[in-house]
Amino acid sequence: MKKYIIRRLIQLIPLLIGISLITFFVMHMAPGDPTSLFADPNIKPEELARIRTNWGLDKPVIVQYFMWVKNAAKMDFGYSYISGKPVVDEILERLPATLLLMSVSFFLILLISIPVGVISAVRKGSLFDNLFTVLSFVFMSIPSFWLALIFMMVFSLKLEWFPPFGNLVLPCAVMVTSGLAGITRYQRASMLEVLGQEYIKVARAKGLPEYIVIFKHALRNSLIPIVTLLGLSLPDLFGGAFIIETIFAWPGMGRLGVSAVFSRNYPVIMGITTLTALLIVLGNLLADIGYAFVDPRIRYAEKK
Amino acid sequence: MLKKNKLAMFGLILLSMLVILAAFAPIFSPYDPNAIMEDHIAAPSMKHLFGTDDLGRDVLSRLIFGGRVSLSVAVIAVAVSLTIGVLLGCISGYYGGILDEIIMRFTDIMLSFPTIFLILAIQSVLTPNIFNVMIVIGATSWMGIARLVRGEFLALKEREFVEAARAIGCSNFRVIFRHILPNSLPPVIVAGTLGMAGAILTESALSFLGLGVQPPMASWGNMLMDSQSYLLDAPWMAIIPGLVIVLAVLSLYFVGEGLREGLNPKE
Repeated sequence: MKKYIIRRLIQLIPLLIGISLITFFVMHMAPGDPTSLFADPNIKPEELARIRTNWGLDKPVIVQYFMWVKNAAKMDFGYSYISGKPVVDEILERLPATLLLMSVSFFLILLISIPVGVISAVRKGSLFDNLFTVLSFVFMSIPSFWLALIFMMVFSLKLEWFPPFGNLVLPCAVMVTSGLAGITRYQRASMLEVLGQEYIKVARAKGLPEYIVIFKHALRNSLIPIVTLLGLSLPDLFGGAFIIETIFAWPGMGRLGVSAVFSRNYPVIMGITTLTALLIVLGNLLADIGYAFVDPRIRYAEKK
Repeated sequence: MLKKNKLAMFGLILLSMLVILAAFAPIFSPYDPNAIMEDHIAAPSMKHLFGTDDLGRDVLSRLIFGGRVSLSVAVIAVAVSLTIGVLLGCISGYYGGILDEIIMRFTDIMLSFPTIFLILAIQSVLTPNIFNVMIVIGATSWMGIARLVRGEFLALKEREFVEAARAIGCSNFRVIFRHILPNSLPPVIVAGTLGMAGAILTESALSFLGLGVQPPMASWGNMLMDSQSYLLDAPWMAIIPGLVIVLAVLSLYFVGEGLREGLNPKE
């Protein structure tokens, strides 16, 4: 187990280097100069040169990249062009709101999709199963930002149940609706696979009551792959948060990111891109380790 | 089985209708999509079936012309993502070794970004326009295809017909493109269809934020951007383009699932 964890940690290194390279060079494809965004057009050239030296903008791109990596390793992503505050402080200030939105949504998604997935699998081909199969395709086809607009129109503006901005309920409802379908399908497939296993036939052949076969033998085993789901869902959860937070003015990292994109606030964009990628990679790693922990077959399979 | 095929049929009919409307937009659209009418934010009526928007443009006409834009963005974006994904997948699966290792690590890296933010960041750097949207969506959505093709190649390259092709002296290039690739196409076609659904969703999100297709050119996404400030006064401006997106994406999902079953009877 220890060896497995160490090997997975070593695999992280090229991943992190790649992530930082891509983020950095994307930002440096930008035409023009970030100073042009806010500097007074009448600024003296020597004053401008001083600002550029301060920010290291006068150095070659490669040098700027290594400077950035060296600082990023110390969790120093520079200063926001807009507020002047350290990027890390700005992100950490917003992170809890995003994590709250994501974790409440993810919990609710599991709460709904696991029972629905299990029932669909057990009653495969039934009206319930067919209905939810079609429904999950419909849910997957709804753009989450549009659902946000509709929820806001109906529940905030028309019915006035929730304030349109800064309330957790509506953004959560949107995230849950758009995340539901994928995980329900996943749980259904996982349950179906377990139900086809030999040990389920054995349990049935022993004459165990069906509910014990389903709950004790099948359900528990079908939940094992769900551990990896958190890792797999992270990019979608973060991605969803960006737009949904912006629409509902939820004070999280996603909204910070989108406004940084609009103001071409490069240090903040780079900080957020790198940190979300880092969180996703770590989430995947934890999920894999968790998986290997509950299911020893994984560890042995990887060794070969 | 039959039920699934009914859904696929439904999807195919719906999709064909949308494609025909988009292809012959000038014939079907009652007005010029950019023409400004007398009535601003007019509710749906016989004169304007889906109402008019805040600038007084006919919503139905903009939807039909917007379909042209949104569907062609999806087609080109998927073409880009298939080209990258298939090429990288072929090389990775066929040659293996260090090339495979590098390509797969690169794929992992691309998969660890929340795609929408990576696209937003790139779009903030480029000038947002319809061509950039196509390329950027394609360039950030090839990873699934690359893994899929690699998997197919790993399985197929051990088969006898590949050995036979090599034995009669086929070049690597010929073995890859004439012998293995055609046999791995069915799952790629399915992935491409589902990818178009994803591309429509991504384009609409980008254009909604103002970083995709730029006005006055209509796309389903940027019509929704305009609707935001008129949720109470002109709900049709928000509801109708969104429903059209849902229908387009849903029809592609149904067709994709139908193809998956049709092309892969084993499952």
